[in-house]
Amino acid sequence: MATDQLSMTFAALADPTRRAILGRLLDGSATVKELAAPFAMSGPAISKHLRVLERAGLIKRGRAAQWRPCELDATPLKGVTEWAERYRQFWDESYRRLDRYLDRMKEQGDEH
Amino acid sequence: MSTNTTTLTMVSDEEIAISRAFDAPRQLVFEAHTKPEHVTQWLLGPEGWTMPLREIDLRPGGSWRFAWQHADGRKLEMTGVYREVVPPFRIVNTERWGPDWPETVNTLQFSEEDGRTTVTQTVRYDSREARDAALATGMMSGVERSYELLDGLLAKQR
Repeated sequence: MATDQLSMTFAALADPTRRAILGRLLDGSATVKELAAPFAMSGPAISKHLRVLERAGLIKRGRAAQWRPCELDATPLKGVTEWAERYRQFWDESYRRLDRYLDRMKEQGDEH
Repeated sequence: MSTNTTTLTMVSDEEIAISRAFDAPRQLVFEAHTKPEHVTQWLLGPEGWTMPLREIDLRPGGSWRFAWQHADGRKLEMTGVYREVVPPFRIVNTERWGPDWPETVNTLQFSEEDGRTTVTQTVRYDSREARDAALATGMMSGVERSYELLDGLLAKQR
């Protein structure tokens, strides 16, 4: 995955409204009007958020219908979790294991 | 139970520091980081991984290679070259997680105080491509909630 793609995904996810939109799209595709309903926001404001999500590859929009229903595309999310998990969990979990291993090394050192 | 925590800080746009204290003397912590038979016991990340391959040629210009394998079949490999080796104080080496990931230059610093050793790993991204990845890393620390959402999204999808 290109790093630019990753940066765009991070930026898209940094906003609570966009996260809520993604959460809604988990239940199935929706029109702009349907997505705007829970928010005290104008259609253009919602459309702006949708464009950010679309550029990040997180949503797909239908071409045929004039109301262009939005659909979630989870591909970039998988890239993010793969990348983030490698980094963050790797060291934390390794170091916790190292704590225990150092104790064993100390015990073995005391025996000799 | 140890209360030592792993901290991850953004030093600059190109540098990340990971720091952790251990209740052990420096010599021991250094050995744990540099001898293959020790490394394979702990440098395993999340549960389920083993390290069937570890090669450490601990000298300037010497290369290293760790390969991990998960019980479910996933594989990971990390390679690099040592640039500076000063036992038991400091190691500088390059690191690459694979062809799709940018190369970084990592400095490993071991400092001891009152029998406790603090290991600080500074990861520096050396190219423009790599720097972009580092910027994303900065976001990582700031958007904790985004990841919680991601976990939720992915869990629902299964």
